[in-house]
Amino acid sequence: MSDPVWLDRLRAHTVDEAWRTYDAVQAGPEGLNAFLSVDRSARGAETGRLAGIPVAVKDNLATLGLPTTCASRVLAGYVSPFEATAVRRLREAGAAVIGKTNMDEFAMGSSNENSAFGPVRNPLDRERVPGGSSGGSAAAVASGVVRIALGSETGGSVRQPAAFCGIVGIKPTYGRVSRYGLVAYASSLDNVGVFGASVAEAALGLEIIAGHDRFDATSAAVAVPDLTAAMSAVNEGRPLAGLVIGRPVEYFPATLDARIAAHCERALQQLRELGAEVRDVSLPSTDLAIPVYYIIAPAEASSNLARYDGVRFGVRATADDLGAMYERTRSGGFGDEVTRRILLGTYVLSAGYYDAYYRRAQAVRTLIAQEFAQVFASGVHVLFTPTAPTTAFRLGEVSDPYEMYLSDIFTVTANLAGVPAMSQPIGTVDGLPVGGQLMAPHFGEATMLRVAAALEHAQRAERMS
Amino acid sequence: MSVTPNDVRHVARLARVGLTEARIPSLVNELNGILAHMDVLQQVDIRGVAEAAAEVSAPLRDDALPSDTLQRARETFAPASRDGFFLVPRLATHGALGASASEEA
Repeated sequence: MSDPVWLDRLRAHTVDEAWRTYDAVQAGPEGLNAFLSVDRSARGAETGRLAGIPVAVKDNLATLGLPTTCASRVLAGYVSPFEATAVRRLREAGAAVIGKTNMDEFAMGSSNENSAFGPVRNPLDRERVPGGSSGGSAAAVASGVVRIALGSETGGSVRQPAAFCGIVGIKPTYGRVSRYGLVAYASSLDNVGVFGASVAEAALGLEIIAGHDRFDATSAAVAVPDLTAAMSAVNEGRPLAGLVIGRPVEYFPATLDARIAAHCERALQQLRELGAEVRDVSLPSTDLAIPVYYIIAPAEASSNLARYDGVRFGVRATADDLGAMYERTRSGGFGDEVTRRILLGTYVLSAGYYDAYYRRAQAVRTLIAQEFAQVFASGVHVLFTPTAPTTAFRLGEVSDPYEMYLSDIFTVTANLAGVPAMSQPIGTVDGLPVGGQLMAPHFGEATMLRVAAALEHAQRAERMS
Repeated sequence: MSVTPNDVRHVARLARVGLTEARIPSLVNELNGILAHMDVLQQVDIRGVAEAAAEVSAPLRDDALPSDTLQRARETFAPASRDGFFLVPRLATHGALGASASEEA
């Protein structure tokens, strides 16, 4: 049997091709600024499922040959003494890790404007943001430098930029991919995610990095299914017959941009035509997800980021006294959003506020997770929603912190519930991509990807006709 | 519940983040602006609800196996070190006691 077209296309995208595109798009005043460091000597291996294929890695995943800065001044120039498991698995599959991608500092942001090394521009409109926090990886794929890239997700940081850039982004089940070597932001929510130029390419990337890892106690000892196998059967008849797609009504509020809603309804109609049953369902606590997330994530961040104190690694500010050194190192090393979240997290954990904020948020998180479990237990296989409430906005357009947080309104729930989710392009509004989101039960990636591939195939066929 | 300038100073001290006085008013506004949206959680009935989702457990790691090997020596990434130890500036309170063991590299 011959290899599928997508695999031939992936293999045809050589390292030399990657550099030709990189040189055309990265630098200059209108350049994407998608990469923070590159390795022009990386060629990958001659064998392996990703033999010689160029990939890019978000700068919060530890690499041995390139710095790992998290786009923060506090880690400027830092080179890790160990390698992230996800990166190692890509390399062992033969991939050439050609560079580290720009991001919101410590993955805190939804627009990639919080990088200490300048914002990333959206390849489809250089005046607009690529989304965040994995904006560099999304831009690297959307611009054609690479076809597979790694990102990370805490509240939508792969899916939202995938939506803004018109590519595919997967957040796997919590525990599906080792986080060894992923710089911690909010440990109960963090995941390594994958971007792909197509569903199949993202699935291949996920298949390679997934699986148990003894260096990450939270990685699950659950077998990884053949995620790419399902891609070959999606163009036959009614490939989704027998599947139930849930349409959570809370993700389609009356205030949703009608043009985004219309693309979602069209996608749902296509899923019906592919054989699936579409059923309205309810996740009533959805509107509580942003408040819950922006208590839990900053709380965990305030603890995780305590390690950046200038003692063992990273940048150190000069001071005669240890206490002053801590404060100068941290105030000089962190940008505004990171400082804001550390203070917010410290506040909600501090004496007198812990019960009112943190303990309560944890309980509501449980409610959100229970609602997902109930919907999936009712016979729904996969949920379909918009990925983001808007298309890519202009650089500098959103300045209020909470308004920026609302960009994650449809994505944070999957992180809070720990379920797998992904975004794929389902159309455009004013030339800007719209993302459709799929969510599945824990470790339900194979079904989710089968639905995504079928929808992608149907949309491609419609465009060609 | 409203955040005051003293609250910001207090949590900044707890978090070891140095803030200029000029930055405090805007942080008070930003934190109050964010926390106002959290008040909705006070209306939720959470009686009998566990604090964390139980679906995802974190099994204990087998400690019998060796840890990952560092590929670079500590000296290559530590801001200051000597003889395998991390060096830090003196602690002011120790100075008051006449201690001179710590030093800046």
